[in-house]
Amino acid sequence: MKESFDFIEVKVPAKAEYVGVVRLSISGIANRMGFHYEEIEDLKVAISEAITNGVKHAYKGIDEGEITVGFGVYENRLEIMVADHGGSFDLSKVKEDIGPFREEDSIDELKEGGFGLFLIDALMDKVEINNRSGVIVLMTKYLHENEVAINGDQISTTQ
Amino acid sequence: MDLTIEVAHDEHEQVRKVVLIGEIDAYTAPKLKETIVPLTEENGVEVVIDMHAISYMDSTGLGVFISALKSTKEHGSSLTFMNPQERVYRLFKITGLTEIMNIQTDYTVRGGM
Repeated sequence: MKESFDFIEVKVPAKAEYVGVVRLSISGIANRMGFHYEEIEDLKVAISEAITNGVKHAYKGIDEGEITVGFGVYENRLEIMVADHGGSFDLSKVKEDIGPFREEDSIDELKEGGFGLFLIDALMDKVEINNRSGVIVLMTKYLHENEVAINGDQISTTQ
Repeated sequence: MDLTIEVAHDEHEQVRKVVLIGEIDAYTAPKLKETIVPLTEENGVEVVIDMHAISYMDSTGLGVFISALKSTKEHGSSLTFMNPQERVYRLFKITGLTEIMNIQTDYTVRGGM
């Protein structure tokens, strides 16, 4: 059976000043879906990281790129797609670099921009990156409403 | 969606107090870096950053603070963060930066996040 969902698309110039605008969009969408305050905060960080990545890539070449953000609103989850067609990066190299700081690491090795993808991975339930033409980050966050619904006698307030 | 940076300079004291108000993201981080890093370039100075009014921060903010921390090591200054909100503190925690940054909070004494 095909799952039904609503789709929302937002296009912004690949400029840092629009990261906050997309953050407001996701805040509104996630709030309407019933995500908790803390989850909304996580979503705001994750989407900002993805767009910040896109802004950086776009700036490497021409500075007139744009970033497309798609929101797939499902009954049990929010899927977010962030696409910049400006450039691409070496995904395997990026994966090698991500991770939290550990005590045995040297402070000198810490990179200023090193935590973006790590945070997306830590804050979202599922993350996929497609690197074939430009960069597309697809990330999913599930609605955790089962705490209430799992008890059969109670009526879920979301339905 | 902006960031206000207030720096209290007292030439007779070794403390530079910085109050941050607003959001730290890709747009506001460059301004923050331009302000914070030079403060740490003076030997013996203690830079204290009041974080309580930061309502949003992401890895761009962590990046600025990593630069500032590196600068303190080079110049013999120090860096302290005061009272970040729990959401902001959580980012320092999950990235492991609480291990190397001096962050003073009211709630870490309880051991929770």
